[in-house]
Amino acid sequence: MTDLSWIEQALTAARPQAVAALLRYFRDLDTAEEAFQEACLRALKNWPKNGPPRDPTAWLIFVGRNAAIDSVRRGRRQEELPPEEKISDLDDVEEDIVERLDNSDYRDDVLRLLFVCCHPDLPATQQIALALRIVSGLTVPQIARAFLVGESAMEQRITRAKARIAKAGIPFGAPGAVERAERLAAVAAMVYLVFNEGYSAEADTADRRRPLCDEAIRLSRLLLRLFPTEPEIMGLTALLLLQHARADARFDADGTAVLLDEQDRTLWNRAMIAEGLALVDKAMRHRRPGAYQIQAAIAALHARAARAEETDWSEISLLYRALEQLQPSPVVTLNRAVAVAKADGPEAALALIEPLAERLSGYFYFFGVKGNLLMQLGRNGEAKAAFDHAISLARTPAEATHIRMHLDKLARDRAPRQGASGIA
Amino acid sequence: MLYAILCYSDENVVGSWTKEEDDSCLARLKVVQDKVSAQGRMGPVARLVPTTAATTLRKGKEEPLVIDGPFAETKEQLLGFYTVDCASLDEAIDFARELAAANPAPGSYEIRPVRLFRPGVLPA
Repeated sequence: MTDLSWIEQALTAARPQAVAALLRYFRDLDTAEEAFQEACLRALKNWPKNGPPRDPTAWLIFVGRNAAIDSVRRGRRQEELPPEEKISDLDDVEEDIVERLDNSDYRDDVLRLLFVCCHPDLPATQQIALALRIVSGLTVPQIARAFLVGESAMEQRITRAKARIAKAGIPFGAPGAVERAERLAAVAAMVYLVFNEGYSAEADTADRRRPLCDEAIRLSRLLLRLFPTEPEIMGLTALLLLQHARADARFDADGTAVLLDEQDRTLWNRAMIAEGLALVDKAMRHRRPGAYQIQAAIAALHARAARAEETDWSEISLLYRALEQLQPSPVVTLNRAVAVAKADGPEAALALIEPLAERLSGYFYFFGVKGNLLMQLGRNGEAKAAFDHAISLARTPAEATHIRMHLDKLARDRAPRQGASGIA
Repeated sequence: MLYAILCYSDENVVGSWTKEEDDSCLARLKVVQDKVSAQGRMGPVARLVPTTAATTLRKGKEEPLVIDGPFAETKEQLLGFYTVDCASLDEAIDFARELAAANPAPGSYEIRPVRLFRPGVLPA
């Protein structure tokens, strides 16, 4: 690794806090971003020569702020800029700014910056794209690639989102406790969206989307550093880590999706699992359950099972029951039914999902699960009907292939049985 | 003399490494470590999960208090440690110097002589 690459890493790491603080100074996204860019250019010039500053974030904020003020002045009258050395000799000033910018200042700044991206007027895809551009600092081509769209389309999407935010105005007052909690919830939801956007169902796009998952984890860890006692942020971070830990096991060599039960668990990322499990344990101590914590606890039970057969399905079904009460949704009930089927058998599970038929009539997984339960009960005719329905709703070739496997199995099972009855 | 080499760095920076960057740093550190291991001077080595996963038990007047996070908020965090048997402080400093050269992240290595050492029974 060269000197320049560690500088780039330091710039990436400092970016959310620095841009967030600059946004507070300038109250304008574009100015804040430009100021940060300028500070980065000066860092690339100065740091190799003078060594890294003690607090890179404070340095970038200070230099970025000065640079932007200079450029405003320069626009006003052709005033000469101060010599570069004057700006780079920042030791005293840096000390001063570090004292003034402690964690709690960053906390509201970064939260504001992220919250700006979750404006309710923006569709989810624009929220995510904006956060990746502004907070994470991914380039437009990088974001376009991850979203599987063209660069100009992505450029347009981000420009439109920025315009809408500028029109709506940015909330600059210091948030109260309730407001802060609301912002944090909105931001957590957005980070989860970023992760889901990266969690590809198809092997051929998985690699391209994967940086979104890494970025979501980075954002989630950032939130956790700023709000270290929030159990839901512990839960969110744990959930993302525990899900992402399975990334290398999710597709086989041919690119076919591998179900959780059949994954090679030695491919799971142990470091991510260790961190995720530690965070779940920490969160539980707070006794303030939330949706992310419960989902993380479910993921933790999968992670703790060395083999699929050792999974604690009855505990998982209880956790889904808790999630159902917190966030009632037919999809959660469907997931609970899968756990119930493993813990208590297919009959109990089928009874759970039958009332969902109407609401999930267009949902691929509903018919997949239903077919599976019926097949386990030996009701093969009904199972085939459910699988046929599932295939008609499949959105990807991988989904269709998976169902076809079951249909083939049904067909195979039928053949010998007919033979047997022939003998009798 | 047994020394503990405590590695401090900004976990924010180290945490933003890509998998490739992380792997290549670890591979370079392993070379430094293997050399000392081959001489039979290497003790336990550990890399720690980020401080966001840490919990602190702080003794108070009455019941100890359990707090989320590390004991103190600092710019650099303890990310891991080595224990290594060195003939002199200079030798320990040289070992830390080699670690520093192998690791691109800014930070510091605290070299502390070990007073009591129990290697424990855990397998690697």
